[in-house]
Amino acid sequence: MKKELVVGLPKLWVHHLGERLECPGCQYPVITRIIYDVIDELGIEGQTILICSAACGFGIILTTPMDAVGPNHGMGIDVATGVKRLRPDCFVVSFGGDGDIAAIGAGAFVNAAQRAEKYTLIMVNNGHFAMTGGQLAPTTLMGQVTTTTPEGRGPSMGYPARMPEMIATVQGTAYSARGAANTPANYMKTRKYVKRAFQKQLDDVGFSFVEFLSACPTGWHMTPRQSIQWIEEKMIPALPLGEFKNVDSLE
Amino acid sequence: MGERLFVIGNEAIGWGALEAGCEAYIGYPITPQNETTEWFAAEFPKRGKVFIQSQSEVGSINILFGAVATGYRAMTSTSGPGWGLMQEGMSHLTNGEMPCVISLVQRGGPGAGTTRHGQMDYLSAAWGGGNGGYKNIVLTPASVQETYDFVQLAFYLADKYRNPVIVMTDGLLGQMAEPLELRTFDFGPLPKKDWAVRGRVNQPDGVRRAVSAMQGLMPTPPHPPYIAFLELLKVLDEKYERMKEAEVRYETYLTKDADLIIVAYGYTARVSKESLKVARKKGHKVGMIRLQAVWPFPYQIMGDMASKGCRFLVVEDSLGQLVEDVRIGVQGKTEVHLLGALARHDPSDGGMILPDSVLNEIYRLMQ
Repeated sequence: MKKELVVGLPKLWVHHLGERLECPGCQYPVITRIIYDVIDELGIEGQTILICSAACGFGIILTTPMDAVGPNHGMGIDVATGVKRLRPDCFVVSFGGDGDIAAIGAGAFVNAAQRAEKYTLIMVNNGHFAMTGGQLAPTTLMGQVTTTTPEGRGPSMGYPARMPEMIATVQGTAYSARGAANTPANYMKTRKYVKRAFQKQLDDVGFSFVEFLSACPTGWHMTPRQSIQWIEEKMIPALPLGEFKNVDSLE
Repeated sequence: MGERLFVIGNEAIGWGALEAGCEAYIGYPITPQNETTEWFAAEFPKRGKVFIQSQSEVGSINILFGAVATGYRAMTSTSGPGWGLMQEGMSHLTNGEMPCVISLVQRGGPGAGTTRHGQMDYLSAAWGGGNGGYKNIVLTPASVQETYDFVQLAFYLADKYRNPVIVMTDGLLGQMAEPLELRTFDFGPLPKKDWAVRGRVNQPDGVRRAVSAMQGLMPTPPHPPYIAFLELLKVLDEKYERMKEAEVRYETYLTKDADLIIVAYGYTARVSKESLKVARKKGHKVGMIRLQAVWPFPYQIMGDMASKGCRFLVVEDSLGQLVEDVRIGVQGKTEVHLLGALARHDPSDGGMILPDSVLNEIYRLMQ
């Protein structure tokens, strides 16, 4: 029987546990752990360059034992393009928030996929701009209260952006999926998505993208448990989990 | 003597970059610099180098950030509105201490203005058009040969100071064909790029590297080791001071006995020199300072000449940008006149400041 690691921290993780900056109940460390875990498994830590643009995920640059670049807000997609084109031998993961990728970086996002840039982009979606205090993001759910939708998001503020579905329609995209970690089963599925996305890069197929629904108790004014329930009851129905594209060739 | 070509200024940028060992070019179409982008598209991929046509100038400048973060030499080029879009990136490249070259082929503005020549981006280049206040060396060639030479110099200076360098020409220099001699320069030794990201196993000491556009806000040990905002400011300030000390560049022409000094750069310097020669023949004591870099600015020589009683005439194809720096240099000790874009010979966007206009202004001031 094939053994699979289901508990314990990734090798890359442990030395830096004390330095993390996230709020209690935040799921950024969960997706970071999944990424590290898969990098561990694939044995590519030494070749990896992490790109973490300005958002809650920027903290990774402080603690990661891997080479890292910290660009400005929204620019992690373009910066990853530059890094990967100059170092095609390196494994490049760009890591950003939903404001980062679905709002200010949306043009870069679409065009990186159009050009079939061969790196992996992870979007951590907590449904709002968390770092700046909780404003509306393109991904905010209908009715969701943010500091710039005090009455809840209504149609006058548009509708939630579905980034993996959108990018799946682009020919340069090799892989697109949405995962969550609200249950152990979803955690394991998300881990599979991340691994498949990484494999597309290693196989030099095309652009690979995974969205992760991430709890933000601080920004949502909820307890960690309520946040997980919110993901289950509100986010997943609006932003369904699963794979939207998985191809081995772009032709 | 090196191989000789007959090329336009926008192509000379490419030849200079190739000679300098540039490994990647990122660009977005904008007139009047499209020949640069097209040159790289034709010449770089076949040499195994990287050419990327980005989705916007915001894209260009940030892809450039990623490219140079790996330690390779890379550049982008733009004009007018594209330069406006790059300002946030310029500020962040400077914060992140990323050595790179940006070619700025000036056109007229504001807004779309004209797709042809102009010298209207002086202030945003020399004084920094992005947020936060920062300095970049701005080289201002006045011929196709000098464009080629200065692109090579720009790559050297960028690596020397770990700071972006701008090569600023204009639509006329970019579109104008002149003979070009391909030649190499030995600028001297450079520090190793031991800060670059290349994957931890590829680092000679096996220690990971981190580069960031958020220095001061987020500490990024161990390369570089700034832990507080003020430390970043001190490092940048010290760097700017070193540049001011060592990188002032200008050329003087018949200034020794001059009563009137023309100050110009780029195409208006070429034009002014023609007028100056005619004025000299008529016995007028006119000299010229041609700026080869507009930052750092040669305030010292402006002040010295003002103290000797020289008057100044600034010739620039704008409503007055360079003239502000000259005024700072002379510190009110003498008259500073401007012959600007309103002296163009034709109301259409093909209008230029021609030698006749400069000559008439010299005669008027020498009366």
